[in-house]
Amino acid sequence: MELIDLTLVWVGIIGLGVFMYVLMDGFDLGVGILFPFAPSDEARDEMMNSVAPVWDGNETWLILGGAGLLAAFPLIYAVFLPALYIGVFLLLAGLIFRGIAFEFRFKAKRAKHWWDRSFFWGSTVASFAQGAVVGAYIQGFNVVDFRYVGGAFDWLTPFTVMTGLGVVAGYALLGVTWTILKTEGATQTWAHRIAPRVLLAVMAFFVIVSLWTPLASERVAERWFSEISWIWVFPFLTVLTAAWIFRALKHRAEAAPFIGSLILFAQFYLGLLITQWPYAVPPDHTFWDAASDSGSQLFLLIGVLFLIPVILGYTAWTYWVFRGKVKSGAGYAGH
Amino acid sequence: MELDPLLLSRIQFAFVVSFHAIFPVFTIGLASYIAVLEGIFYKTQNPVYARLSQFWIKIFAIVFGMGVVSGIVMAFQFGTNWSAFSYTASNFLGPILSYEVVTAFFLEATFLGVLLFGRSKVPPGIHLFAACMVAIGTFISSFWILSANSWMQTPAGVELRDGMIHMTSWTEAIFNSSLPYRFAHMGLASFITGGFVVAGVSAYYLLKGRHPQTSKKALKMCVILLAITTPLQLFVGDLHGLNTLKNQPMKVAAMEGHWETKKGAPLVLFAIPDAANETNHFEVAIPYLGSLILTHSLDGEVPGLLEVPAADRPPVGPVFWSFRVMVGLGMLFIAISLLSAFLLWRGRLYDSPKVLRVLSWMIPLPFVAVLAGWFVTEIGRQPWIIHGLLRASEGVTPSLTWPMALSTLLGYIAIYAVVFTAGLHYLRIVIAKGPEPLETEASDSIARPKRPWSAVSHDPQPET
Ligand code: HDD
Ligand code: HEM
Ligand code: HEM
Repeated sequence: MELIDLTLVWVGIIGLGVFMYVLMDGFDLGVGILFPFAPSDEARDEMMNSVAPVWDGNETWLILGGAGLLAAFPLIYAVFLPALYIGVFLLLAGLIFRGIAFEFRFKAKRAKHWWDRSFFWGSTVASFAQGAVVGAYIQGFNVVDFRYVGGAFDWLTPFTVMTGLGVVAGYALLGVTWTILKTEGATQTWAHRIAPRVLLAVMAFFVIVSLWTPLASERVAERWFSEISWIWVFPFLTVLTAAWIFRALKHRAEAAPFIGSLILFAQFYLGLLITQWPYAVPPDHTFWDAASDSGSQLFLLIGVLFLIPVILGYTAWTYWVFRGKVKSGAGYAGH
Repeated sequence: MELDPLLLSRIQFAFVVSFHAIFPVFTIGLASYIAVLEGIFYKTQNPVYARLSQFWIKIFAIVFGMGVVSGIVMAFQFGTNWSAFSYTASNFLGPILSYEVVTAFFLEATFLGVLLFGRSKVPPGIHLFAACMVAIGTFISSFWILSANSWMQTPAGVELRDGMIHMTSWTEAIFNSSLPYRFAHMGLASFITGGFVVAGVSAYYLLKGRHPQTSKKALKMCVILLAITTPLQLFVGDLHGLNTLKNQPMKVAAMEGHWETKKGAPLVLFAIPDAANETNHFEVAIPYLGSLILTHSLDGEVPGLLEVPAADRPPVGPVFWSFRVMVGLGMLFIAISLLSAFLLWRGRLYDSPKVLRVLSWMIPLPFVAVLAGWFVTEIGRQPWIIHGLLRASEGVTPSLTWPMALSTLLGYIAIYAVVFTAGLHYLRIVIAKGPEPLETEASDSIARPKRPWSAVSHDPQPET
């Protein structure tokens, strides 16, 4: 079975799954982060309705990420979750509060503003926790004998707080450009107005985190400054993309800002993976150390190779069914 | 003060999974019901079915939402609190849980969007297709998760080497010996739960004289379903128990309250099991019936708890009592279903306020029976996390300290209290409002409504 390296294939699949999650739940979490800043209650209705039919499917990629890690890289699963115990709890608590807000907000009258808050805080806390996970991954974990032996708050450092806030800003960017794409009138005008500021914030975090990362991890410093020099094309591309988004926003473009933000995320993501390669559980364990039995990887691969395209197919179909602008009358608030 | 992280993790797992289990067990049954209603409406264009379906989809949306958010917690519980177990069992559990995601969760989640919001956006046939996909998804999902759970009860197809589970046969592991019984038992439990809830709400409307036409239809459908499924559940449950006797005799000994291995064992109806003194107090028993039920012969030998050292026995009291609650409720369900079916046959059901009232009281009971059943299964498996292979104490996360475990346990309790209270509150509002009245409907349900139809409307309704 050594004709193809199954572990490498699985890095690709899990990588794709996590990436799908970041992009797709990213924009609907972003909509939640922007909630309190929306100009009116109708705008909030529109924004929520624009993600209502798809958020559940988006979040399923996270579950695939969790289950897929257990299947292909159990060491990652069994180290990250205990090490990030409190962070994971915050993530789940956030996802719960924003998830139920979808159903309850439109039924509430007097309690409506509570569900607004639940949606905002849930989305923000969940996004922050995801960013902190990324930071913790860069930082590395204290692992002995394939078991996490560090403390409950090792993951919470100034660096991870910064990556956490960075992801909140990044998701807000996806959210605001999605809003531009899916709404019109006053809501869209508002989104066009604040999007450049959100993009500036994202770039600021990008600069801070990029400068800080080599300081936080020697391994990363080595990689960036001696091992592979072509890695520097990423910051360069990022700046180009950001400039393109700025221009598109200025011209009041509708789809380009969202597409640009997706590309921006793709660059961050690839840059991170290449920086960390081949470590699954830094500083010591590579993806190959973390892998499950090749028999198990193969058993799942057979199904996944067939099913992921099917899933992508019907997911694309639902996006097509719900294409176009949301009107404030559609969806939940229909009557 | 020091608390045991193992004990706290067990309590936490039991709490979050019990909370989660309440929702799917109802939505599995309800999803099929909605698909059937949509199917009949598609064929007959009878507006009664459209009204019923639209009403129950609203309920479904709320309950499903709670099932999803509590389910996401489950997917991470294994890693946060049971990382050693997850790591050990990853070669099997990982692929199984992943298959659940790719075959079921995506299907449910994606087509749910179309079912809830797509009625005016897709042709009726596609909408019906979405309803079917959601219903099928719930069954595929329960297949995989029950396979994982059953494998922990009756492991097969694996060997334990160097502290890891390695696969020897996928088919033996997936289709392990308790899966067929558990799947059938759980599937029936879902239909019973869905049936009693729909029947109970319909009976309540009839008592109040509201929505008579729709409610009679719904009640009739459910009573027929229940008259078939509840007796069948007794039969399947009996087979389930016999299979457990073969694989996990100590669990059965705890369920039955048997301490000594006996030929011609009695059936213990009531007792207070006393684990410290290894005996029962105040026992009321029917001689020989225990052996008759478990071995289908009067003097068959039935193992008792004293066969194994105390450290290998499950906690007897909770298993013993949960079992009695489940079976007791099962008998009650049979009685009420058969009575209602009889009255239906004689044409008197809709005018029997007493029976209607009892039916409306039944709504919470199937949930109690389901949880009691899970308690039997899960507590009866102790002290093993994978029966005979790994103990729960070896599965807990090594770095977990008690303040961590306690804080998240209290956190989940607080969060779920909010979710549950709010959920029940909004369900009550939807039920108080009821299906859209038929009279105004006749024209507009056949021609598709012009305004976008919504899953959870918020028109004039009681203040929240
Ligand atoms: C796929 C696996 C799986 C599934 C489907 C379930 N459980 Fe479970 N359960 C476990 C896997 C598990 C576990 C991870 O294996 C635990 C944690 C500690 C242990 O020994 O088993 C457990 C423990 C556990 C306990 C505590 C037993 C004790 O420690 O004394 C209870 C009461 C339940 N569960 C109840 C349930 C309920 C109500 C379920 C209904 C959905 C359920 N379980 C499904
Ligand atoms: C410990 C065990 C369990 C885990 C890890 C788990 C995991 C999950 C997850 C992650 C979801 C959300 C999926 C989505 O986004 O749509 C979910 C929902 C669901 N689960 Fe579970 N689950 C467990 C136990 C069960 C059991 C015992 C059943 C029933 C037999 C079940 C049936 C379902 C169903 C039908 C759904 C769809 C949502 C709903 O109907 O409410 N699960 N589960
Ligand atoms: C009518 C008589 C019934 C009998 C004889 C019976 C028998 C059993 C037995 C022996 C088990 C434990 C199996 C094991 O752990 O290996 C069990 C579990 C369970 N029962 Fe029942 N049962 C009955 C009725 C019901 C009813 C009415 C419901 C719910 C509506 C229900 C729901 C469950 C559930 C959810 C479980 C746990 C999952 C499983 O192991 O299947 N049971 N039952």
